[in-house]
Amino acid sequence: MTRSRIPLLVEVPLLVWLVILWGALWQDFSAGNLIFGLLIALAVVNIFYLPPVELAGRLNLWAAAVFVAAFLLNVAKASFEVFWIALTRGPRTKNGVLAVKLRSHSDLLVTATGHTISLIPGSLVVDVDRSTSTLYLHVLDIPDPDKADRFREQVRRIEAGLIRAIGSKEEVAMVKAEAANRRNGGTS
Amino acid sequence: MNTDLVLEIVAGLCLVLGALMSLAAAIGLLRFPDLLSRMHAATKPQVFGLLLLLIGLALQLRSWAAVPVLIIAWLFQLLTVPVSAHMVGRAGYRTKHLHRETLSVDDLDAVVQKAAAEEAERRKADAAEEAALAADPELAAELAAEGDAGKKPAGKPKGVLRTKEPKETAAKASAKRRRES
Repeated sequence: MTRSRIPLLVEVPLLVWLVILWGALWQDFSAGNLIFGLLIALAVVNIFYLPPVELAGRLNLWAAAVFVAAFLLNVAKASFEVFWIALTRGPRTKNGVLAVKLRSHSDLLVTATGHTISLIPGSLVVDVDRSTSTLYLHVLDIPDPDKADRFREQVRRIEAGLIRAIGSKEEVAMVKAEAANRRNGGTS
Repeated sequence: MNTDLVLEIVAGLCLVLGALMSLAAAIGLLRFPDLLSRMHAATKPQVFGLLLLLIGLALQLRSWAAVPVLIIAWLFQLLTVPVSAHMVGRAGYRTKHLHRETLSVDDLDAVVQKAAAEEAERRKADAAEEAALAADPELAAELAAEGDAGKKPAGKPKGVLRTKEPKETAAKASAKRRRES
């Protein structure tokens, strides 16, 4: 079984990342070093062959910046929260394992969402069902179903933020339609 | 007050806060009751603590060349921590290293039960088939003549307990077909 060649264009983001990594590790961003880094990146990409990461081909810089800012803020908040729960609740914490169904079926987005929610609100990905893109999360401090629903909502919001930044056009349309729906539902 | 002193103070604050976050992780490890909740303590405050330590370091070093290295150090932490937490959590859940009484909801439990029931069903069906073959040598000979094509493909349990990706099985099936033709 031979694997199909990946077009070079798909590899470009990976190559750029590898060159930046090379420059950063040497702490030297001069042209010569970067060109040498590019050669090594090309060799690495061709020798250590991995399935390509399929990007949706769009990137909204503003949405990405909003997402990163919210992420940093929430990492700080989540850390203090876990600290607080550990101090006050400790062994009496009530947790939950929740299933959250995501909108997107792109591997990259499901992974990114899983990564983000592992770091942000106080959850841990226990299992993933890829066929339905459902995440099973262990969540700290879920004393009642009401809080569980609020948490599910939060995960979907994080996914929406990611979709706005790097999702495909169809997914963005889905998120926008949903938001419009909610607004209409709120006023009526 | 000069800027150097201010930067120095901010860097110091960052370092102390970062160390405090590591302390938070340690307290969490001690205080939480089971593996899964302990993993929370081991991931969140520690990542934030490292961020603070790296910021403190950047403010102390004040060299632009060091900044990309610090950013990359944190990025790799961001990428690897959820993965290790997931692997440990998943293994812990599957080997039942969890205290059920700490859970108020468990959506995964029903899925696992269902998959286990399906798996048991399939095993029973396979055993029944084998017994039928043993009881009826003619049928067995017939099936053997038909070769692989006559063999019933074993149904994989659906859902989270599936160990093989559908792609992989599809690739294997096509490879098998090629071998047969």
